[in-house]
Order: sequence, then structure tokens, then C-alpha cells
Amino acid sequence: MAAGAPMGAGTTSDIYKGDAARLMMPTWLIIGIFLLAPVIMMGVYSFLTKEFRGGVVWEFSFAAYDQFFFDRGLFGDDPPTLEWTYIGIFWRSIWQAGLATIMCLLIGFPTAWFIATRDPKSRSIWLFLITIPYWVNLLIRTVSMKFLIRDTGPLNEFLLAAGVIDTPLGLINTDFAVQLGLFYSYLPFMVLPIYAAVERYDFALSEAASDLYAGTWTILRLVIFPVVKPGIIAGCILVFVPSLGAFLAPDLLGGAKTFMIGSLIEEQFKGSAGNWPFGAAAAMILLTLVLVILLIYARAQNKVEDR
Amino acid sequence: MAAKIDLRRFPGFLGITLICLVVLYAPLIIVAVYSFNDSTSITNWGGATLNWYVDVFTGPESPKFQQAALNSLIIAVCAAGAATCIATAAAVAMTRAGRFRGKTLSFALINLPLMVPEVVTAVASLVFFSAIGFTNGLFTILIAHTVFCIPFAYLPISARMQSISDVYEQAAMDLYATPREAFTKVLLPLMMPGILSGSLLAFIISLDDFLITNFVKGAGVETLPTAIFGAVKQGIKPNIMAISTLMLGVSIVFVTLSWLVGRVGQNKQK
Repeated sequence: MAAGAPMGAGTTSDIYKGDAARLMMPTWLIIGIFLLAPVIMMGVYSFLTKEFRGGVVWEFSFAAYDQFFFDRGLFGDDPPTLEWTYIGIFWRSIWQAGLATIMCLLIGFPTAWFIATRDPKSRSIWLFLITIPYWVNLLIRTVSMKFLIRDTGPLNEFLLAAGVIDTPLGLINTDFAVQLGLFYSYLPFMVLPIYAAVERYDFALSEAASDLYAGTWTILRLVIFPVVKPGIIAGCILVFVPSLGAFLAPDLLGGAKTFMIGSLIEEQFKGSAGNWPFGAAAAMILLTLVLVILLIYARAQNKVEDR
Repeated sequence: MAAKIDLRRFPGFLGITLICLVVLYAPLIIVAVYSFNDSTSITNWGGATLNWYVDVFTGPESPKFQQAALNSLIIAVCAAGAATCIATAAAVAMTRAGRFRGKTLSFALINLPLMVPEVVTAVASLVFFSAIGFTNGLFTILIAHTVFCIPFAYLPISARMQSISDVYEQAAMDLYATPREAFTKVLLPLMMPGILSGSLLAFIISLDDFLITNFVKGAGVETLPTAIFGAVKQGIKPNIMAISTLMLGVSIVFVTLSWLVGRVGQNKQK
């Protein structure tokens, strides 16, 4: 990714003109059969009737979505009122993912800026240092974080021994622990796109603006921000989307009070709840949410390119 | 004239970058250090020892973890291999076949595994495999891994392809090389750095996966992440920290390798 590497904006050649179908066939088959078809089938399952202890009965039903959105009382014959439990779980997930994204932005932006303004040689070393943890197994990173911040963990022991605190901080099983875990999981996703954007920025522009009597704030707002904005937006999406459906950080670092979408869905298939259509419906709602975000992003991108 | 602030050197940004690195590395380093801790209480330091590493290889739980590690390795090698072949063919089509029908759709399909949230892929795979009555644990994991490894293998390969002009193949064919020779003797060697880093990426991504594996694995089949997850539910024991540290080492070796491969590739271009 060094500056000026010949990336060639998509050299298209047609040496293999007649072979496209043959070459694409494995991709179409594998992803089509083992991802696209399963997602469609999951959509179908969300409209079926649940069988106790997992599985489905092939009978059409809106029950899963009904259970998600409406409360019909204990015996199911009360007039429907809005059911807040599951909407609340989704809302909390959005909130948690949003806070994690903001944390990533606050720490990731200065980091990306700092790296992009080093000389090219040390840049690649800084970038390498930032990306290494991403390649370490996510489960192991999350377990390490749990080990570090739990009440009897090294962080609390250290602070207690140093006399900074009298009682353990009680970080584990809190919303903050989950945000920290998500931040820790996806930080490189924020740093890399912002880095790429800042790296492209020509600092002669801000010098020119400065010569024309623009203040620092004006330069930041009117000269730098428009250039860096696409990187920031891409970074936010790359952190927010996986955080939304994350399972490990909420499960290992959070407690019962920090239940998120990932755990809700997992419980329907692996846990005690065992309601497949409901799990499929929750997954469909999550998928719709993510696709809407990506679609809005793609349309905004196209508008920028059209200009 | 107002005092000029050099925007390249914002005060405090070095500090934030260092905080960033501390947050990223501290948990890993601390677990690595404590994996050498000779004390039954996990958090008190009782001198250095290699006992937990011995325990990983010979202890009562070692057969379980060794089988899980073997499964992980088999799946990662096979899934990365399959995904790399599929992605290589796709990259050739996307960059060497001009415009063809369904090109945009093909591009979307390649990237679909990146767009669908992991937990949704996991649910969809489980539903699909159970609907068709396919329950061979190891094989279902392998198929699921191959699917989500494809985009990760594709990215470096297609990035590499876009920077290779087709003049070399044209020249080869002008000199009476058959299309097969032009591919195997000219294009493939040029693509090699991309293929290597793509397969390494796919390999690591496969080893990393917990959620999808946990959904599609059959009863009794474990990979290293699912075995570790099961053990962690009982508490973080020292042997888990030793295994974690070993995996940490393996990851770092692989990333460094892939970085070096990338550098060699770039230097050759110049």
C-alpha cells in the first residue's frame, strides 16, 4: 500500500473473453448454494412454526415476527400491545455498537493521522504494529481482555497494590466492558480507511490555505475534512456493522444485563430457548438492518462519484 | 500573522497512538506473561515455569485440545486451499475477461460473505445443513469456512492482478505459447505473491472463526476456538493461557510471513 504503488485503476483485459462463465462457475456455485440459498432458506424458516427442542414444522406462520414485535399476554388472547423486550435488545445493540464506534473514532482518528504523517518507511512499521493484534484469534483476544479486567485480574490487583483504588473497579459484566471488547476487536477497521484517506491528502493544500489567511480551524473544516470524510465514514461502517451482530465480546465480557442481538439469536439455536423460527426472524431483522445501512452508504458513495 | 500550527505534528497524537498500542497489546502480553506463572492462584506471581506448556501437551486435557487443534489445522488448510483456487479463477475472470454478463452480480456474490453479519451466516448455514439432513461435523465446517474465506483470498489476488498488465501474456502468445502455457508459465508466476498472501489471509481467517463453526459443527467435533470457548466457560485456567500464547505466536509468525511476502512482491514490481 506504499504511496505511488502501481495499482492501475482496474486494468481490464479480455484475453479470457470467452472463459468468464467457466472461471466464475465455482464462485457462483459455492457462494450461491452455501450462502445465498441458506440465507433465503433462513427467510423461509422465519415464517414457519416452531417445533419444541429445535427445528420447525412446515406450517406457514407469522408467529416469530409476532412474538418479536407484539405482546399478546400470557395466553395469547389479549389485544396486542408493542413488545419492548426484543426491540430493546436491538436498541441496546445499536447503542453499544454506536458507542464502540465512537470510541474507535476518538482513538483511531488521531492514530491514523499520526501514522499517515510519518515518513513512508516508518509508516509501514506503525501500520504493521496496529494490524498484528487483528490477526490474533478474536476469541483469544476477548478472553485476554476478560482476564485482564476481571475483579481478581491483574489490572485490579495492580491498582489495589498501588493504592489507587480500595475496591476492585467492577469493570467486568458492564456495558463499558462490552464496548471496550468491541473497541478492542475492531479498532484496526477504523484506523486503516482513515489512514488511507489522510495518506492521500496533500499537505501543500493546507499550506496554501494558510498562506491565504485561513485559520487552523477553517483549514480543518473546509480543506482537510472533505478529503478525510470518506475514510471516516468507511471506518465507522466497518466497526459498527460487525459490532452490531457481535457475539464473543457481549457473551464473555458482558453479563445478563448486556444481552445483545448475537446472544439472542445464538440462544434460539444453541441455548435453552430453542425457537428456530424466532431466531431466524431475529437474524432476518438484523440482516435487513445491516443491508439498509450498506445500501445508504453505497448510494452516498455513488453520489460523490457522480459529482 | 497567526502562529502557524504544523498540521502534520498535532501535539498529543503520538500519545494517543501509544495509548492505542498499549490497549491493543497489554491484554495479550499479560496473558503471555501469566502463562509462565508457577502458582495455582492465577493472578499471583509465583516464579517462572513451563509446567503449563508441558500440561498442554501431556496433561489430562491434552488429547481433547490436540484433536481440536488437528481439526482446526485440517479445516484451515483445506478451506484456504479451496477458497484460494476459487478466488484465483474469479480474479482472472474479473480482470481478464473484459465485460461479461453478470459481472456486477458476480462481484456482489464474491463480497456477499463480507456483507452478511457473521451470526446470520451461522444461522443460515445451520438451517440449510439441517434441512438437507447433512450432519457430518467436520465437512459442514469445511464448506462453511470455504465460503467465507473466498472474499479474503480474492482481495489480495485481484489487487495484484490489477497491477499486472497483459502485455506479458500477449508477448508469450505472440511467441507461440499456447493459452495454457501463457497462463501457467507467465500469468501464474506473476500472480504468485497475491495468491500467497490471499491463501495466508484465508488460512488465518479460518483458524480465527468461532461463531459459524459453533453453529454448524456436529456433536463431538471441536475446533480449537470452540474447545477453548467451552473450557473458558468453566473459568480461565493456566493451560488455556498457555494455549492462547502458543496461538498468539503462530498468528504473529503468519502475519509476519504474509507481510514479508507482500514486501517482496512490491520490491519486485519496482
